[in-house]
Amino acid sequence: MGTGDPLGMESAHTQASGMQGMRAAGDLVARMQMTRRMRLKEAKQYVADKLHCTTRDLSDPIAMESLRAEHGLGQLPLPSSVQPDEAGMIEAKFNIAELLDIPINCVERFKKHAGMRVAAES
Amino acid sequence: MEPKIPTRMGDGSLTEMTRSEIKADLEAGTQAAAKRARCPELTQDELDHLLDIYASSARFTAVDIGDEVVMTNDGTGTKHIGNRIQDLQSFEQLLGVDIVELWQIDYSFKAVKTNVAHEAQTMKMAQLLLTNPVQYGAMPDLGRYSQPDGPIPNWSELLPLGKIDEARRAQEAAKEMLVEDIAFVADNMVAAGTDGIDFDTTGAAGDADFLAALTACRKLRRKYPWLGIEIGMAAEFVLGMHGQLEFDGERLAGMWPKDQLRMVQAAGASIYGPAVNVNTGKSAAWNIARAITLIKPAAEIAEIPVHVNVGMGVGGVPTCVHVPADATSRVSKAVVEILKIDGY
Repeated sequence: MGTGDPLGMESAHTQASGMQGMRAAGDLVARMQMTRRMRLKEAKQYVADKLHCTTRDLSDPIAMESLRAEHGLGQLPLPSSVQPDEAGMIEAKFNIAELLDIPINCVERFKKHAGMRVAAES
Repeated sequence: MEPKIPTRMGDGSLTEMTRSEIKADLEAGTQAAAKRARCPELTQDELDHLLDIYASSARFTAVDIGDEVVMTNDGTGTKHIGNRIQDLQSFEQLLGVDIVELWQIDYSFKAVKTNVAHEAQTMKMAQLLLTNPVQYGAMPDLGRYSQPDGPIPNWSELLPLGKIDEARRAQEAAKEMLVEDIAFVADNMVAAGTDGIDFDTTGAAGDADFLAALTACRKLRRKYPWLGIEIGMAAEFVLGMHGQLEFDGERLAGMWPKDQLRMVQAAGASIYGPAVNVNTGKSAAWNIARAITLIKPAAEIAEIPVHVNVGMGVGGVPTCVHVPADATSRVSKAVVEILKIDGY
Protein backbone atom coordinates (compact mmCIF):
# COMPACT_ATOMS: atom_id res chain seq x y z
CA MET A 1 0.00 0.00 0.00
CA GLY A 2 2.56 2.55 1.05
CA THR A 3 2.95 4.59 4.14
CA GLY A 4 1.56 7.70 5.76
CA ASP A 5 -0.71 8.94 8.51
CA PRO A 6 -2.67 5.77 9.45
CA LEU A 7 -6.04 7.54 9.70
CA GLY A 8 -5.73 9.19 6.32
CA MET A 9 -4.03 6.25 4.62
CA GLU A 10 -4.58 2.72 5.89
CA SER A 11 -7.84 3.41 7.69
CA ALA A 12 -9.27 5.26 4.70
CA HIS A 13 -8.20 2.52 2.29
CA THR A 14 -9.54 -0.32 4.42
CA GLN A 15 -12.87 1.43 4.88
CA ALA A 16 -13.12 2.29 1.19
CA SER A 17 -12.17 -1.05 -0.30
CA GLY A 18 -10.39 -3.40 2.12
CA MET A 19 -11.32 -6.98 2.96
CA GLN A 20 -10.94 -6.07 6.67
CA GLY A 21 -8.25 -8.59 7.57
CA MET A 22 -9.18 -11.02 10.33
CA ARG A 23 -12.42 -9.11 11.05
CA ALA A 24 -13.58 -10.99 7.96
CA ALA A 25 -11.42 -13.18 5.70
CA GLY A 26 -8.89 -10.75 4.24
CA ASP A 27 -6.00 -12.54 5.93
CA LEU A 28 -7.05 -15.86 4.37
CA VAL A 29 -7.33 -14.46 0.85
CA ALA A 30 -4.01 -12.69 1.34
CA ARG A 31 -2.36 -15.98 2.21
CA MET A 32 -3.47 -17.49 -1.09
CA GLN A 33 -2.03 -14.52 -2.96
CA MET A 34 1.27 -14.79 -1.13
CA THR A 35 1.69 -18.55 -1.05
CA ARG A 36 0.04 -19.66 -4.28
CA ARG A 37 0.41 -16.45 -6.32
CA MET A 38 -3.34 -16.44 -6.98
CA ARG A 39 -5.00 -13.36 -8.40
CA LEU A 40 -7.86 -11.94 -6.35
CA LYS A 41 -10.79 -13.64 -8.05
CA GLU A 42 -9.17 -17.07 -7.85
CA ALA A 43 -7.99 -16.53 -4.27
CA LYS A 44 -11.44 -15.45 -3.11
CA GLN A 45 -13.08 -18.42 -4.80
CA TYR A 46 -10.55 -20.82 -3.29
CA VAL A 47 -11.19 -19.57 0.24
CA ALA A 48 -14.96 -19.42 -0.27
CA ASP A 49 -14.95 -23.04 -1.45
CA LYS A 50 -13.01 -24.11 1.61
CA LEU A 51 -15.45 -22.31 3.89
CA HIS A 52 -18.56 -23.27 1.89
CA CYS A 53 -19.64 -19.65 1.61
CA THR A 54 -19.93 -17.02 -1.13
CA THR A 55 -17.05 -14.77 -2.13
CA ARG A 56 -19.10 -11.79 -0.90
CA ASP A 57 -19.23 -13.34 2.57
CA LEU A 58 -15.43 -13.11 2.76
CA SER A 59 -15.57 -9.35 3.32
CA ASP A 60 -18.57 -9.48 5.63
CA PRO A 61 -17.66 -9.50 9.34
CA ILE A 62 -21.08 -10.87 10.28
CA ALA A 63 -20.86 -13.85 7.95
CA MET A 64 -17.27 -14.52 8.91
CA GLU A 65 -17.74 -14.27 12.67
CA SER A 66 -19.47 -17.64 12.88
CA LEU A 67 -17.29 -19.25 10.21
CA ARG A 68 -14.08 -18.19 11.91
CA ALA A 69 -15.38 -19.51 15.22
CA GLU A 70 -16.54 -22.78 13.65
CA HIS A 71 -13.17 -23.45 12.03
CA GLY A 72 -10.97 -22.01 14.79
CA LEU A 73 -9.48 -19.32 12.53
CA GLY A 74 -9.05 -16.67 15.21
CA GLN A 75 -11.23 -13.70 16.03
CA LEU A 76 -10.62 -10.26 17.45
CA PRO A 77 -10.78 -10.30 21.24
CA LEU A 78 -12.77 -7.19 22.16
CA PRO A 79 -14.01 -5.85 25.50
CA SER A 80 -17.50 -6.91 24.45
CA SER A 81 -16.47 -10.31 23.13
CA VAL A 82 -13.53 -12.44 24.18
CA GLN A 83 -12.85 -16.07 23.35
CA PRO A 84 -10.24 -17.32 25.83
CA ASP A 85 -10.92 -20.97 25.04
CA GLU A 86 -10.87 -20.59 21.26
CA ALA A 87 -7.91 -20.66 18.90
CA GLY A 88 -6.15 -17.32 18.49
CA MET A 89 -2.92 -15.99 16.96
CA ILE A 90 -0.38 -18.83 16.45
CA GLU A 91 -3.01 -21.40 17.46
CA ALA A 92 -5.40 -20.16 14.81
CA LYS A 93 -2.68 -20.36 12.16
CA PHE A 94 -2.46 -24.14 12.68
CA ASN A 95 -6.13 -24.32 11.69
CA ILE A 96 -5.73 -21.83 8.83
CA ALA A 97 -2.91 -23.90 7.33
CA GLU A 98 -5.02 -27.03 7.48
CA LEU A 99 -8.17 -25.37 6.12
CA LEU A 100 -6.39 -23.72 3.19
CA ASP A 101 -4.04 -26.66 2.61
CA ILE A 102 -0.97 -24.45 2.55
CA PRO A 103 2.22 -24.44 4.60
CA ILE A 104 2.47 -21.58 7.08
CA ASN A 105 6.10 -21.05 7.93
CA CYS A 106 5.75 -20.15 11.60
CA VAL A 107 3.41 -23.09 12.18
CA GLU A 108 5.91 -25.52 10.69
CA ARG A 109 8.68 -24.03 12.81
CA PHE A 110 6.51 -24.14 15.92
CA LYS A 111 5.92 -27.87 15.34
CA LYS A 112 9.63 -28.46 14.83
CA HIS A 113 10.78 -26.45 17.83
CA ALA A 114 8.14 -27.85 20.15
CA GLY A 115 8.70 -31.38 18.94
CA MET A 116 4.89 -31.47 18.97
CA ARG A 117 4.97 -33.49 22.13
CA VAL A 118 1.46 -34.45 23.11
CA ALA A 119 0.75 -35.01 26.80
CA ALA A 120 -0.22 -38.57 27.62
CA GLU A 121 -3.83 -38.90 28.66
CA SER A 122 -4.19 -40.10 32.20
CA MET B 1 -22.31 29.64 -14.14
CA GLU B 2 -20.92 26.13 -13.55
CA PRO B 3 -20.68 25.31 -9.83
CA LYS B 4 -17.31 24.68 -8.22
CA ILE B 5 -16.55 21.34 -6.56
CA PRO B 6 -14.01 20.95 -3.74
CA THR B 7 -11.13 18.73 -4.81
CA ARG B 8 -7.42 18.26 -4.13
CA MET B 9 -4.13 19.15 -5.69
CA GLY B 10 -1.23 16.69 -5.87
CA ASP B 11 0.23 18.27 -2.72
CA GLY B 12 -3.02 17.59 -0.88
CA SER B 13 -4.17 21.20 -0.68
CA LEU B 14 -7.87 21.83 -1.08
CA THR B 15 -8.95 23.64 -4.22
CA GLU B 16 -12.14 24.13 -6.21
CA MET B 17 -12.74 23.14 -9.82
CA THR B 18 -15.79 22.90 -12.04
CA ARG B 19 -16.88 19.54 -13.45
CA SER B 20 -15.61 20.69 -16.84
CA GLU B 21 -12.20 21.55 -15.40
CA ILE B 22 -11.95 18.16 -13.70
CA LYS B 23 -12.93 16.46 -16.95
CA ALA B 24 -10.26 18.39 -18.81
CA ASP B 25 -7.63 17.40 -16.24
CA LEU B 26 -8.59 13.73 -16.48
CA GLU B 27 -8.18 13.91 -20.25
CA ALA B 28 -4.87 15.73 -19.94
CA GLY B 29 -3.58 13.20 -17.39
CA THR B 30 -4.32 10.17 -19.54
CA GLN B 31 -2.90 11.88 -22.62
CA ALA B 32 0.31 12.77 -20.81
CA ALA B 33 0.78 9.17 -19.66
CA ALA B 34 -0.06 7.64 -23.03
CA LYS B 35 2.34 9.93 -24.84
CA ARG B 36 5.21 9.30 -22.44
CA ALA B 37 4.80 5.52 -22.04
CA ARG B 38 3.44 4.87 -25.52
CA CYS B 39 0.42 3.07 -24.13
CA PRO B 40 -3.30 3.48 -24.85
CA GLU B 41 -5.25 6.34 -23.33
CA LEU B 42 -8.14 5.46 -21.03
CA THR B 43 -11.43 4.80 -22.81
CA GLN B 44 -14.29 7.29 -22.70
CA ASP B 45 -16.22 4.99 -20.33
CA GLU B 46 -13.25 4.89 -17.97
CA LEU B 47 -12.83 8.66 -18.06
CA ASP B 48 -16.56 9.10 -17.41
CA HIS B 49 -16.28 6.77 -14.43
CA LEU B 50 -13.33 8.71 -13.06
CA LEU B 51 -15.28 11.93 -13.55
CA ASP B 52 -18.16 10.55 -11.47
CA ILE B 53 -15.69 9.67 -8.69
CA TYR B 54 -13.77 12.95 -8.75
CA ALA B 55 -16.51 15.48 -9.57
CA SER B 56 -18.16 14.91 -6.23
CA SER B 57 -18.12 16.89 -3.02
CA ALA B 58 -18.64 13.75 -0.91
CA ARG B 59 -16.30 13.52 2.06
CA PHE B 60 -15.73 9.81 1.44
CA THR B 61 -16.38 7.23 -1.24
CA ALA B 62 -16.04 3.46 -1.50
CA VAL B 63 -16.35 0.41 -3.74
CA ASP B 64 -19.52 -1.67 -3.89
CA ILE B 65 -20.08 -4.38 -1.28
CA GLY B 66 -18.33 -7.54 -2.45
CA ASP B 67 -15.67 -5.75 -4.49
CA GLU B 68 -13.14 -5.42 -1.68
CA VAL B 69 -9.45 -6.18 -2.25
CA VAL B 70 -6.45 -7.30 -0.20
CA MET B 71 -4.40 -4.73 1.72
CA THR B 72 -0.69 -5.27 1.89
CA ASN B 73 0.83 -2.77 4.22
CA ASP B 74 4.44 -1.72 4.01
CA GLY B 75 5.61 0.64 6.69
CA THR B 76 3.08 -0.60 9.23
CA GLY B 77 2.69 1.46 12.39
CA THR B 78 3.24 4.89 13.86
CA LYS B 79 6.13 6.09 15.93
CA HIS B 80 4.03 7.24 18.87
CA ILE B 81 2.26 4.15 20.13
CA GLY B 82 3.92 1.22 21.84
CA ASN B 83 6.49 -1.03 20.25
CA ARG B 84 6.75 -2.49 16.77
CA ILE B 85 4.77 -5.63 17.55
CA GLN B 86 2.00 -3.48 19.00
CA ASP B 87 2.14 -1.48 15.77
CA LEU B 88 1.49 -4.67 13.85
CA GLN B 89 -1.31 -5.69 16.19
CA SER B 90 -2.99 -2.31 15.94
CA PHE B 91 -2.88 -2.45 12.14
CA GLU B 92 -4.27 -5.99 12.21
CA GLN B 93 -6.97 -5.39 14.79
CA LEU B 94 -7.87 -1.68 14.65
CA LEU B 95 -7.32 -0.81 11.01
CA GLY B 96 -8.15 -4.19 9.48
CA VAL B 97 -5.33 -4.53 6.96
CA ASP B 98 -4.75 -8.01 5.56
CA ILE B 99 -0.94 -8.30 5.48
CA VAL B 100 1.24 -6.43 7.96
CA GLU B 101 4.91 -5.73 7.61
CA LEU B 102 7.72 -5.71 10.15
CA TRP B 103 10.43 -3.23 9.23
CA GLN B 104 13.03 -1.02 10.81
CA ILE B 105 13.46 2.71 10.36
CA ASP B 106 16.73 2.32 8.42
CA TYR B 107 14.72 0.64 5.66
CA SER B 108 17.49 -1.05 3.70
CA PHE B 109 18.61 -4.69 3.46
CA LYS B 110 22.21 -3.57 3.95
CA ALA B 111 21.33 -1.84 7.21
CA VAL B 112 19.17 -4.72 8.42
CA LYS B 113 22.00 -7.18 7.85
CA THR B 114 23.99 -5.77 10.77
CA ASN B 115 21.23 -6.42 13.31
CA VAL B 116 19.35 -9.20 11.59
CA ALA B 117 19.31 -11.45 14.65
CA HIS B 118 17.36 -8.87 16.64
CA GLU B 119 15.05 -8.16 13.73
CA ALA B 120 14.44 -11.88 13.35
CA GLN B 121 13.72 -12.25 17.07
CA THR B 122 11.05 -9.57 16.74
CA MET B 123 9.64 -11.43 13.74
CA LYS B 124 9.43 -14.62 15.78
CA MET B 125 7.52 -12.86 18.56
CA ALA B 126 5.22 -11.18 16.03
CA GLN B 127 4.39 -14.52 14.48
CA LEU B 128 3.33 -15.86 17.87
CA LEU B 129 1.03 -12.91 18.52
CA LEU B 130 -0.62 -12.21 15.18
CA THR B 131 -3.10 -14.11 13.03
CA ASN B 132 -2.51 -12.03 9.89
CA PRO B 133 0.37 -12.83 7.54
CA VAL B 134 3.46 -10.90 8.66
CA GLN B 135 6.11 -10.13 6.07
CA TYR B 136 9.49 -8.44 6.44
CA GLY B 137 10.18 -5.40 4.31
CA ALA B 138 13.16 -3.27 3.28
CA MET B 139 14.49 -1.44 0.25
CA PRO B 140 17.09 -3.01 -2.04
CA ASP B 141 18.66 0.47 -1.92
CA LEU B 142 21.68 -0.15 -4.17
CA GLY B 143 23.13 3.30 -3.54
CA ARG B 144 24.14 2.20 -0.04
CA TYR B 145 26.98 0.18 -1.56
CA SER B 146 28.65 3.19 -3.15
CA GLN B 147 31.22 5.40 -1.45
CA PRO B 148 31.14 7.03 1.08
CA ASP B 149 28.43 4.75 2.55
CA GLY B 150 29.81 1.57 0.99
CA PRO B 151 32.97 0.11 -0.53
CA ILE B 152 32.17 0.56 -4.24
CA PRO B 153 33.25 3.62 -6.26
CA ASN B 154 30.32 6.01 -6.56
CA TRP B 155 28.79 5.74 -10.02
CA SER B 156 26.96 9.02 -9.58
CA GLU B 157 30.36 10.70 -9.34
CA LEU B 158 31.91 8.63 -12.15
CA LEU B 159 29.15 9.33 -14.68
CA PRO B 160 29.56 13.13 -14.79
CA LEU B 161 33.28 12.56 -15.34
CA GLY B 162 32.49 10.52 -18.43
CA LYS B 163 33.79 7.32 -16.82
CA ILE B 164 30.93 5.27 -18.18
CA ASP B 165 32.61 1.86 -18.10
CA GLU B 166 33.86 2.41 -14.56
CA ALA B 167 30.38 3.48 -13.46
CA ARG B 168 28.88 0.36 -15.01
CA ARG B 169 31.40 -1.96 -13.39
CA ALA B 170 30.74 -0.29 -10.04
CA GLN B 171 27.00 -0.92 -10.31
CA GLU B 172 27.57 -4.53 -11.32
CA ALA B 173 29.79 -5.08 -8.28
CA ALA B 174 27.28 -3.40 -5.98
CA LYS B 175 24.49 -5.51 -7.40
CA GLU B 176 26.32 -8.72 -6.46
CA MET B 177 26.74 -7.52 -2.88
CA LEU B 178 23.10 -6.51 -2.66
CA VAL B 179 21.84 -9.88 -3.88
CA GLU B 180 23.91 -11.57 -1.17
CA ASP B 181 22.58 -9.25 1.52
CA ILE B 182 18.95 -9.72 0.50
CA ALA B 183 19.39 -13.49 0.57
CA PHE B 184 21.11 -13.32 3.95
CA VAL B 185 18.35 -11.24 5.53
CA ALA B 186 15.63 -13.35 3.91
CA ASP B 187 17.18 -16.61 5.17
CA ASN B 188 17.21 -15.23 8.70
CA MET B 189 13.62 -14.03 8.46
CA VAL B 190 12.46 -17.37 7.08
CA ALA B 191 14.18 -19.07 10.00
CA ALA B 192 12.23 -16.78 12.34
CA GLY B 193 8.90 -17.65 10.73
CA THR B 194 8.18 -14.86 8.25
CA ASP B 195 5.36 -15.30 5.77
CA GLY B 196 7.03 -13.19 3.13
CA ILE B 197 9.68 -10.71 2.05
CA ASP B 198 8.81 -7.30 0.63
CA PHE B 199 11.31 -5.65 -1.72
CA ASP B 200 10.01 -2.12 -1.30
CA THR B 201 10.88 0.85 -3.50
CA THR B 202 12.67 -1.40 -5.95
CA GLY B 203 14.56 0.32 -8.74
CA ALA B 204 15.13 3.50 -6.73
CA ALA B 205 18.77 3.46 -7.86
CA GLY B 206 17.93 2.44 -11.41
CA ASP B 207 18.25 -0.69 -13.51
CA ALA B 208 21.01 -2.34 -11.43
CA ASP B 209 18.82 -1.96 -8.34
CA PHE B 210 15.93 -3.62 -10.21
CA LEU B 211 18.20 -6.41 -11.47
CA ALA B 212 19.42 -7.14 -7.95
CA ALA B 213 15.84 -7.49 -6.73
CA LEU B 214 14.88 -9.78 -9.61
CA THR B 215 17.98 -11.92 -9.15
CA ALA B 216 17.44 -12.22 -5.40
CA CYS B 217 13.77 -12.98 -5.94
CA ARG B 218 14.52 -15.85 -8.31
CA LYS B 219 17.07 -17.21 -5.87
CA LEU B 220 14.58 -17.10 -3.00
CA ARG B 221 11.78 -18.61 -5.06
CA ARG B 222 13.92 -21.64 -5.90
CA LYS B 223 14.78 -22.11 -2.24
CA TYR B 224 11.35 -21.34 -0.73
CA PRO B 225 8.49 -22.24 -3.10
CA TRP B 226 5.84 -21.17 -0.57
CA LEU B 227 7.37 -17.79 0.41
CA GLY B 228 5.42 -14.60 -0.22
CA ILE B 229 7.64 -12.29 -2.26
CA GLU B 230 6.41 -8.81 -3.07
CA ILE B 231 8.33 -6.55 -5.42
CA GLY B 232 7.08 -2.99 -5.08
CA MET B 233 8.56 -0.41 -7.39
CA ALA B 234 9.99 3.04 -6.67
CA ALA B 235 8.62 4.72 -9.77
CA GLU B 236 6.79 4.21 -13.03
CA PHE B 237 9.97 4.10 -15.10
CA VAL B 238 13.21 2.16 -14.57
CA LEU B 239 16.09 4.61 -14.81
CA GLY B 240 19.02 3.48 -16.95
CA MET B 241 21.81 4.35 -14.55
CA HIS B 242 23.73 1.45 -16.11
CA GLY B 243 21.79 1.18 -19.33
CA GLN B 244 22.86 -2.25 -20.53
CA LEU B 245 21.65 -4.63 -17.83
CA GLU B 246 19.32 -7.43 -18.83
CA PHE B 247 17.15 -10.01 -17.10
CA ASP B 248 16.23 -13.09 -19.13
CA GLY B 249 17.68 -11.33 -22.16
CA GLU B 250 15.58 -8.17 -21.81
CA ARG B 251 17.01 -4.72 -21.17
CA LEU B 252 15.69 -3.33 -17.90
CA ALA B 253 16.41 0.36 -18.43
CA GLY B 254 13.36 2.24 -19.61
CA MET B 255 10.80 -0.34 -18.56
CA TRP B 256 7.27 0.89 -17.76
CA PRO B 257 4.83 -1.07 -15.54
CA LYS B 258 3.76 -3.65 -18.13
CA ASP B 259 7.34 -4.77 -18.74
CA GLN B 260 8.26 -4.43 -15.07
CA LEU B 261 5.43 -6.84 -14.31
CA ARG B 262 6.66 -9.38 -16.86
CA MET B 263 10.09 -9.37 -15.26
CA VAL B 264 8.75 -9.58 -11.71
CA GLN B 265 6.49 -12.44 -12.72
CA ALA B 266 9.33 -14.28 -14.45
CA ALA B 267 11.52 -13.89 -11.37
CA GLY B 268 8.90 -15.75 -9.34
CA ALA B 269 7.46 -13.01 -7.17
CA SER B 270 4.05 -13.47 -5.58
CA ILE B 271 2.93 -9.85 -5.82
CA TYR B 272 3.88 -6.94 -8.10
CA GLY B 273 3.50 -3.39 -6.81
CA PRO B 274 3.54 -0.72 -9.49
CA ALA B 275 4.34 2.82 -8.37
CA VAL B 276 3.49 6.02 -10.20
CA ASN B 277 4.74 9.20 -8.60
CA VAL B 278 2.50 12.20 -8.07
CA ASN B 279 2.96 15.61 -9.67
CA THR B 280 2.24 18.00 -6.80
CA GLY B 281 1.49 20.90 -9.11
CA LYS B 282 -1.32 19.06 -10.89
CA SER B 283 -4.80 18.19 -9.62
CA ALA B 284 -5.79 14.88 -8.05
CA ALA B 285 -7.86 14.20 -11.18
CA TRP B 286 -4.87 14.68 -13.49
CA ASN B 287 -2.71 12.44 -11.30
CA ILE B 288 -5.19 9.57 -11.00
CA ALA B 289 -5.80 9.52 -14.76
CA ARG B 290 -2.06 9.43 -15.39
CA ALA B 291 -1.43 6.70 -12.80
CA ILE B 292 -4.22 4.43 -14.01
CA THR B 293 -3.21 4.85 -17.65
CA LEU B 294 0.36 3.77 -16.87
CA ILE B 295 -0.63 0.78 -14.72
CA LYS B 296 -3.54 -0.53 -16.81
CA PRO B 297 -1.40 -2.40 -19.40
CA ALA B 298 0.24 -4.33 -16.53
CA ALA B 299 -3.01 -5.09 -14.73
CA GLU B 300 -4.52 -6.46 -17.94
CA ILE B 301 -1.87 -9.13 -18.52
CA ALA B 302 -0.89 -9.99 -14.95
CA GLU B 303 -0.82 -13.64 -13.91
CA ILE B 304 0.13 -12.76 -10.33
CA PRO B 305 -1.60 -10.35 -7.93
CA VAL B 306 -1.05 -6.65 -8.60
CA HIS B 307 -0.97 -4.47 -5.49
CA VAL B 308 -0.77 -0.86 -6.59
CA ASN B 309 1.31 1.46 -4.43
CA VAL B 310 -1.17 4.03 -3.18
CA GLY B 311 0.67 5.49 -0.22
CA MET B 312 1.41 9.15 0.17
CA GLY B 313 2.78 10.56 -3.04
CA VAL B 314 2.16 7.57 -5.30
CA GLY B 315 -0.72 6.16 -7.30
CA GLY B 316 -2.71 9.38 -7.23
CA VAL B 317 -2.62 9.82 -3.43
CA PRO B 318 -1.39 13.35 -2.67
CA THR B 319 2.16 13.96 -1.50
CA CYS B 320 1.59 15.08 2.08
CA VAL B 321 2.04 13.62 5.55
CA HIS B 322 -1.58 13.83 6.67
CA VAL B 323 -3.40 12.58 3.62
CA PRO B 324 -7.08 13.61 3.52
CA ALA B 325 -9.40 10.60 3.49
CA ASP B 326 -11.48 12.14 0.69
CA ALA B 327 -8.45 11.92 -1.58
CA THR B 328 -7.41 8.44 -0.41
CA SER B 329 -10.87 6.93 -0.74
CA ARG B 330 -11.26 8.29 -4.28
CA VAL B 331 -8.01 6.61 -5.28
CA SER B 332 -9.18 3.38 -3.61
CA LYS B 333 -12.38 3.31 -5.60
CA ALA B 334 -10.75 4.35 -8.85
CA VAL B 335 -7.95 1.77 -8.89
CA VAL B 336 -10.22 -1.09 -7.82
CA GLU B 337 -13.03 -0.34 -10.23
CA ILE B 338 -11.02 0.59 -13.31
CA LEU B 339 -7.85 -1.46 -12.96
CA LYS B 340 -9.54 -4.52 -11.41
CA ILE B 341 -6.50 -4.90 -9.22
CA ASP B 342 -5.92 -7.54 -6.57
CA GLY B 343 -4.97 -5.26 -3.73
CA TYR B 344 -2.68 -2.50 -2.61
